[in-house]
Amino acid sequence: MAVAIETPFHVLAVDDSLPDRKLIERLLKTSSFQVTTVDSGSKALEFLGLHAHEDSPISVQADQQEAAVNLIITDYCMPGMTGYDLLKKIKESSCLRDIPVVIMSSENIPSRINRCLEEGADEFFLKPVRLSDMSKLKPHILKSRCKEQYQQEQHLQSNSESSNSSNPTNENSSNPTNENSSSTCSNSHKRKANDDEVLPHATRPKHN
Amino acid sequence: MEYSNLRRQTIFMKKNLFDQGYLDEQFNQLEELQDESSPNFVEEVAALFFKDSSRLLTNIEQAIDKYPQDFYRLDSLMHQLKGSGSSIGALRMKNECSVFKANCNDRNLEGCRRSLQKMKREHATLKQKLESYFQLLRQVGPSEYAVSSRK
Repeated sequence: MAVAIETPFHVLAVDDSLPDRKLIERLLKTSSFQVTTVDSGSKALEFLGLHAHEDSPISVQADQQEAAVNLIITDYCMPGMTGYDLLKKIKESSCLRDIPVVIMSSENIPSRINRCLEEGADEFFLKPVRLSDMSKLKPHILKSRCKEQYQQEQHLQSNSESSNSSNPTNENSSNPTNENSSSTCSNSHKRKANDDEVLPHATRPKHN
Repeated sequence: MEYSNLRRQTIFMKKNLFDQGYLDEQFNQLEELQDESSPNFVEEVAALFFKDSSRLLTNIEQAIDKYPQDFYRLDSLMHQLKGSGSSIGALRMKNECSVFKANCNDRNLEGCRRSLQKMKREHATLKQKLESYFQLLRQVGPSEYAVSSRK
């Protein structure tokens, strides 16, 4: 029986302030997340495999699986692309919209918070972010994965019903339930599967 | 004993920094994040902060001497300083940022200038005090840091 080896969840942290980046990195690592930090929204989109001005992802490479991101945490106030702009781009992207997004801000402005939540942010942290805030992240990741699993199971069911017998769905192929048929979404938010790893949401083709 | 004397000094120094309002609770949060895997975390964050804040203060000084003054830009720069200041627990600096921003809001150039000078003094003082604190901590040794960081 394969043993499930827990690879840590991967968080992409976006903040233009260097000391703040160091702090959020430390907070996340202390909370057992794998962390990538970038200093701007456009770099975040690049990392996620998306150009800032397009919806279509750049070419999928094998090593892009390494970049699979489970949650994005971003500062609100940044020059150029704000955290809100980044949030919008992520939610507009068919590949990225299911990745939970958390916004951080040093200002407690209810209209700002509401705007972000309405745009699809999962959580809003007031800066300075504390260690206790980190425990709020995992539930959002797990929730989005459950949703993903449900969607995949729904798809599989409708596939087998239309008697499409050989449709092995694996981690690395594009998700056919996405609208863009030309999309080569790498499902970049899924974790990379190791050989022996059994991921809870791994889908297996149903053979009769 | 020399060792416990050093330890007492670090505790005393830190207490002073808090009592005199230089630091707030956020600094404790930073110390709690420091451990064997990141034994110099607090000092590293502080170093990054001072590098960042020096740059911002220079930019603010240059901007304040430009005519006509761009209060929007001044406010924005000070806002950045306030943000990173609050991340390390630099209470006095953070408060002075608010004073500066209020002056910007009122388009009070003289008020801004005074506030900037005060900010530079607070910045220099905090930097010097923290450097002394970190230096003393290094003498005490890493294994004791976790103990002395508890209030």
